[in-house]
Amino acid sequence: MTHLIPREPERSEGARGTLVSALRSEFGNGIERHLVSCGQTIVYVNRERSHDILAWLKDTAGQEFNYLTDITAVEYRDPERPLEVVYQLRSLGRKADLRVKVPLHQQNPLEVRSVYDLWRGADWLEREVYDMFGVVFVGHPDLRRILMWETYAEGYPLRKDFPLRGHFSRAEQTRQALAANPEAHYSLEELSIAEAYGELPQEMRDRLARGERGFLR
Amino acid sequence: MELSNPATENRADETTTISAVSPNYITTRLDFLTNWARANSLWPMPFGTACCAIEYMATAASRFDIARFGMERQSFSPRQADVLICAGRLPFKLAPVIRRVWDQMPQPKWSISMGACASTGGIFDNYAMVQGIDTIIPVDVYVPGCPPRPEGLLYGILLLQKKIKGETIADDQLRVEKLVGPSGLFLPPERVDELSEPFGNSISQTRSA
Repeated sequence: MTHLIPREPERSEGARGTLVSALRSEFGNGIERHLVSCGQTIVYVNRERSHDILAWLKDTAGQEFNYLTDITAVEYRDPERPLEVVYQLRSLGRKADLRVKVPLHQQNPLEVRSVYDLWRGADWLEREVYDMFGVVFVGHPDLRRILMWETYAEGYPLRKDFPLRGHFSRAEQTRQALAANPEAHYSLEELSIAEAYGELPQEMRDRLARGERGFLR
Repeated sequence: MELSNPATENRADETTTISAVSPNYITTRLDFLTNWARANSLWPMPFGTACCAIEYMATAASRFDIARFGMERQSFSPRQADVLICAGRLPFKLAPVIRRVWDQMPQPKWSISMGACASTGGIFDNYAMVQGIDTIIPVDVYVPGCPPRPEGLLYGILLLQKKIKGETIADDQLRVEKLVGPSGLFLPPERVDELSEPFGNSISQTRSA
């Protein structure tokens, strides 16, 4: 079936080689290795330089990976293999994909620099990786749990050392869940539409300015 | 029986005659009347979290039509609802939410646990999922299935109506709700273990642990 898929220029050996060799000439040892899997280029990059490399990939003319599809992480059953943070990049203009992996070796803390300043969409993606794997994104403005509730104390559910049913007994889990007070973790500002005020229609802004709350005139 | 025309009757006999022809009262038991009214005007509060909610919507739509059983109005406010229908799996994160919804519903109130996940946790025997909503709120009817067909839910609703019709106001314990104890369970743990078998995918995990 592969012959039915339109062949994109970036999938050719030449373009792929160009990208990797450009990365190598720019960052040298920052690029650990690269491989091609199922037509996708995967580049392993150094933890210390990951932010520089991702910024370069986003801003350099000819690369322009301006869309961050996803951030996730993977931990392998082999305890020797490092946990990897995976960035799936997309260039909307060039219709090209690139996967960047950052291995986090065990001797180092589980930390990587946040790319929130490059792609605002990284906000919740990084929170999810933090929630599920415990990877700390340095520089993230609001690194809280996002799927589990904020007082969740059992650890990071997608880690291999996490038992499927959690660490606590069912009764303790129920007790803690019922003790959670979801509203307590959000301020009134977070629940308001204040930031979207400028985007409202003029007529609605006038009514809000007069102190009207309903939709009746 | 000979009918008499009030217009032609002596005025002194008028009231007697009318009530003899068409009595405008009935006699019944208070229990029967209240239960009849309650059972046939249940307003459901849908708490749909997963695929069971799709079956619930099918049940509410015209083909199966739970309006036939007095559930004409879907109540999306717990304060005007009679029966909470939890359709789907309940994660621990939603446990305080369904508890709050249940607490906001006025008495008399009932609840239906729809589907395997709501009733037992189903296939989701993991860290994130409540293993049966009866650990959070009291449940009147469990509807099995994954998901149950609309006929299954309708049968559960009929069972609930049957249960309501058997209630009596003489039972002063009927509306007293048993709250979750300090152990996080409705009953002492040893009593729970005595009543229940190991459940879920586990052969060692009991409902109290």
